[in-house]
Amino acid sequence: MSGINLECQESASLARKIRVQTARMIHRAKSSHLGSAYSMADLLAVLYGRILRIDPKQPGAAERDRFVLSKGHACAALYVVLAERGFFPKEWLEDFYQDGARLAGHATHVGVPGVEVSTGSLGHGLPIACGMALAGKRDGCGYRVFAMLSDGECDEGSTWEAALFAGHHRLDNLIAIVDYNKIQSLGTVKEVLDLEPFVEKWRAFGWGVREINGHDLAQIEEVLASVPAESNKPTCVVAHTVKGKGVSFMENKLLWHYRAPDLEEMSSALAELGAEE
Amino acid sequence: MRGAFFRALLELAEQDERVCLVVGDLGFGVVEEFARRFPKRFLNAGVAEQNMTGIAAGMALSGKIVFTYSIANFPILRCLEQVRNDVCYHNANVKIVAVGGGLAYGSLGATHHATEDLAILRSLPRMVVVAPGDPIETEAATRAVTAHVGPCYLRLGRAGEARVHRGEIDFQLGKAIQVRDGKDLTLVTTGGMLETSVKVADALHRAGLQTRLLSMHTVKPVDADAILAASHETGAVFTLEEHSVVGGLGGAVAELLAEAGEGVVAFKRFGLPSAFSSVVGTQEYLRVQHGLSVESLEAAIRSTLEKNRTFTATTRA
Repeated sequence: MSGINLECQESASLARKIRVQTARMIHRAKSSHLGSAYSMADLLAVLYGRILRIDPKQPGAAERDRFVLSKGHACAALYVVLAERGFFPKEWLEDFYQDGARLAGHATHVGVPGVEVSTGSLGHGLPIACGMALAGKRDGCGYRVFAMLSDGECDEGSTWEAALFAGHHRLDNLIAIVDYNKIQSLGTVKEVLDLEPFVEKWRAFGWGVREINGHDLAQIEEVLASVPAESNKPTCVVAHTVKGKGVSFMENKLLWHYRAPDLEEMSSALAELGAEE
Repeated sequence: MRGAFFRALLELAEQDERVCLVVGDLGFGVVEEFARRFPKRFLNAGVAEQNMTGIAAGMALSGKIVFTYSIANFPILRCLEQVRNDVCYHNANVKIVAVGGGLAYGSLGATHHATEDLAILRSLPRMVVVAPGDPIETEAATRAVTAHVGPCYLRLGRAGEARVHRGEIDFQLGKAIQVRDGKDLTLVTTGGMLETSVKVADALHRAGLQTRLLSMHTVKPVDADAILAASHETGAVFTLEEHSVVGGLGGAVAELLAEAGEGVVAFKRFGLPSAFSSVVGTQEYLRVQHGLSVESLEAAIRSTLEKNRTFTATTRA
């Protein structure tokens, strides 16, 4: 473990908590999208642990950074990191997705401090983030807007409408992070609707692009801490990730877009993740 | 109506720096003054209504009062899910303005006929649906939707409609304006059919039928008190709109009367059939084709009343 600094250890610890809690939540709820939560877990850990200028005591502060989870189906991980940061009690995680719960199966802002925007239908997050970024720039506010996109939602025309807009308007306070795990609902991205050449597309739309390993905590932090990547441009971080990252039998498996782990699978997953208990 | 809207909007923008205008690359000759006077609050989002609506929601969630502006169905149907999720669900302070409500763009064909908009927007939670009847109502409606916190849909006609109201009006969202009083029947109208409705009411009056005329500029929430009072006091209610008879003003009034258990009230919805127009023509031409001329409406109202009278007499006998 030499060479891993203290900050990365903190992020690793937060990422592990995200994965462990998310597995428990999705197991209890018999819900879906564990693989999608795991592919972005390291990105979320760095964002919420190291990057976002937010105050859980003032979730509506005017100058806060905004985080928009456009891939709302992976919200279990977001709820965990918000609870870990103290936006709401951790007990709320326990009945996630269940009858009468506070936390719904797609990102929901109603009554949930820290969730900026409700999402779930894909292709909505980046346009909203553009509106927030434009308002911030025109008002001379210093906040940044981070939007986490799935690769699958880059099929949506509205995502590219927003990409064109952000480039044109030079929204350098906007950062799109694409969780490029390369598996979407019914197959690989390559099979369903190939996005390549992906980085070139964003560049052509006027974005500064950084391509990273979305599981390399030091690299994630280095890139997100130095935005905009290019002056006067919005930043797109194309994060190469692995669906189901962190649990060997889930990695790169389409099945784990949907499957909820049974008790045995969850125990194996928690053991691999080094969960306490 | 378009001119009245922009006059009011410019004044409102002068008074309140939160007021922004986001257009979908439409409004040639009418948006320029706003853009010139308030450059930081004007945005042409391009021909991209989904993004335009998402941006408007994002701006509204950052404290702005955002008007989106386009024509016919473009700012509502092309981006309906953004309207529902991004605007309504977040209770974002967005006012959607569509010019060309109904058959205003008649000759351009069915793609430009906004004839289901009231029904569709009326079904969205939190959405306030307003279709002013003349330039006076338009100006008042623009002020009212700005003052209202939350999503609104403002359906306008085109430019150059006649002023129907003389002098001041008492315009409140959700409250009908009584244009004429009468005891024999009530005609409830919304949007650009107001001028026709006045002529129909006058023609009926000349024929001995005293007509109450309600301008129902707010289709949602509809003014239930005014409609129920009309059914009690006049016994006959007719709705008139340049919109499909499915789900718009006529639908709203029918739902209300049916559930109120009003018994035998003569009732008929005048509007457009649920169909795409198969003829080409101007707004005026298409109105005549669809039975929405003053003469056709007067005749249809009289014949409905006659049938109802016969029916009532038969059932009582």
